[in-house]
Amino acid sequence: MTCLPARTDKKLGLVIDLDTCVGCQACVTACKEWNTGGHMAPLTDIDPYGGHVDGVWFNRVHAYEHTTELGGRTVNFPRSCLHCEQPACVTVCPTGASYKRASDGIVLVDEDKCIGCKLCSWACPYGAREFDTDVGVMKKCTLCIDRIYNDNLAEEDRVPACVAACPTSARHFGDLGDPASAISQLVEERGGVALMPELGYKPTNRYLPPRAHSNRAAKVDAPALEPIRAEGGFLGWIDRMLSN
Amino acid sequence: MHPAFSVVFFTTATGAGYGLLALLGLLGGFGVIPADFWLGLVGMALALGLIVAGLLSSTGHLGRPERAWRAFSQWRSSWLSREGVASVATFIPAGLFSIGWVFLGRSGGWVAVAGLLTAAGAVVTICTTGMIYASLKPIAQWHSRYTLPAYLIFSAMTGSVLGNAVLQEFKLGSTAMLTWALLATLAGWGWKLATWRYNDRLEIPTTANTATGLVGGTVRSIEWPHTEENYLLKEMGFRIARKHSAKLRQITQALAFAAPAVLLATVFVLPSPLGAIASVLAAIAQLAGMLVERWLFFAEAKHTIRLYYGLE
Repeated sequence: MTCLPARTDKKLGLVIDLDTCVGCQACVTACKEWNTGGHMAPLTDIDPYGGHVDGVWFNRVHAYEHTTELGGRTVNFPRSCLHCEQPACVTVCPTGASYKRASDGIVLVDEDKCIGCKLCSWACPYGAREFDTDVGVMKKCTLCIDRIYNDNLAEEDRVPACVAACPTSARHFGDLGDPASAISQLVEERGGVALMPELGYKPTNRYLPPRAHSNRAAKVDAPALEPIRAEGGFLGWIDRMLSN
Repeated sequence: MHPAFSVVFFTTATGAGYGLLALLGLLGGFGVIPADFWLGLVGMALALGLIVAGLLSSTGHLGRPERAWRAFSQWRSSWLSREGVASVATFIPAGLFSIGWVFLGRSGGWVAVAGLLTAAGAVVTICTTGMIYASLKPIAQWHSRYTLPAYLIFSAMTGSVLGNAVLQEFKLGSTAMLTWALLATLAGWGWKLATWRYNDRLEIPTTANTATGLVGGTVRSIEWPHTEENYLLKEMGFRIARKHSAKLRQITQALAFAAPAVLLATVFVLPSPLGAIASVLAAIAQLAGMLVERWLFFAEAKHTIRLYYGLE
C-alpha cells in the first residue's frame, strides 16, 4: 500500500558526520558487498571490467569544495536513502511495490511487485533509487534490515554495513524519533541538518556540518636552517671528486 | 530528464486521441455532427487507435511490462495508477458510444449520456497524465501551475485539429469547427510561449547548498563518486545545449502552431478538396510538432539530482 503510515513507532536512520568523513569509500564497498547478497540482491554490475562500467549502488560518496569568507575546505559527502517521513517515491508508486514501514519508518521496495516504471526515481530529489536494468526493477537502500534485526549476528554488528565499516566513525545509526537516543543527542549537540528541507520530504537522516575552522593547532617556530658549508679536508676533496 | 521515445510518443498520441474522443463524444452524442457510419468508424478508430498505440508504447518504458496490471491498484495515492484506471475506465462509455453512434446510427438519449461520459473520462485521463508530471517536486519546470493546463490545452488542440481534418474529409466541415480548431491552436501557442518564458526566469530555491546542507559560500563538485555515467545521470542528468534547445523551440513553434494556424486559416477560403487536404496537412504538421514539443518538455526539465553532480 503506497499510502503513508500516519506515524511510525520508530524513525530508524543514519547520521553522517561531514566533519570526520575522509571519503575513503569503505562504506560504499561495504554496502555493495553486503547488499549484493542481501534483501535487494543482486546489485547488478553491467560491463564491470569494460569501458562503460555501470551498476547499482545504494551509497555514493561525492566530494565538494566549500568556500566561504573563512576559507575553503574539502567536504566528503556520502549520499544514500534518507528514509523520509514524506517519501514521494512511495506515494507515486502505482503498484504498491514501494512502501514505508509503520514499525521503524524504513522505506523499501517489494521487488516482486515492481514494474520498473522508474517514476519513484524521478520523485526522489536525492537520487537514492537506482534502476537495475538487468532485473528490470528499482533498487534502494534497505538500511540493512537483514543486519539490524539479524539474531545470527553479534549485537554490536547489528548496524548497517556502511556504519560497521566506517573507520572514522563518521556514520551513526539509531532511532531519530526518540529524542533521548544517543543519535538524537548527537544531532542536537552538533546541529545536524536535513537535506533540501524546502521540498518538504522530511528526511529522517541528518548530516552533521563540518566544525568551524579553529586556531587550536600549536604554532611552533622552527629554528632557521643553517647554510650548508662545503666540507673541507681530504674527505671533502674525495666527496667533491666523486660527486662530479 | 531523459526524453524516452516511448513516453514522448505515449503522451503525445494519447493527448490527441483523448482530445478527439472527447470531441466526437460531445458532438456526436448530441447530434451536432450526424451519425454517419464511415465518419464514425474512421473518427473513432483514429481516436481509439492513438490511445491504444500510446498506452502500448508506455509499457515499452517498463522494466517488467508483464506486471503492468499491478499499476491499477494504488489509485489512492498515485497519479500514475489513477491514469491507468481512468484510461481503461474510459473504454467502457467509449465502447457503448461507438455502438450507439457508429453502428446503430443514433444520437441523443443514452448515446448522448455515453458520449458525455466518454468526454468526461477523456478529460479525467488527461488530467491524471498532467498531474504525474506536475506533482514531481524535484523537477521545478514540471512542478508548476503551467503543466496541468498545458496537457489539457494541447489535448483539446490536437484533438480539434484532427477532428476538423476528419470532418473536412467527409465534407462535413463547418466554419464553427474550423474556428474552434484555429483558436485552440493559437491558445496552445500562447500557453507554450508563456510556459517557456516562466521556465526561463525560474528561480529555484533548491541549490547545491541546501542539497548538501553546507551553509553559505559556494559548494563546488570536485569529484564524482564514479567515473562513468550511472543510472541517475542517464535518466535524470540529461543535458541539452542551449543553442539546440533554441532551434528545437523554433521547430516546435513552426510545426505545432504556426503551420497548422496558417493552413487552417486558408481552409476558410479554399474550395472543398483543397480545404480537406490543408486540414489533414495541418493535423500531421501539428502532431509532428507536438512530438518535438514533448521531447523538449523532457529534455529541458532539470532534476535536483544534478546539483549533487555539479551540473548546471
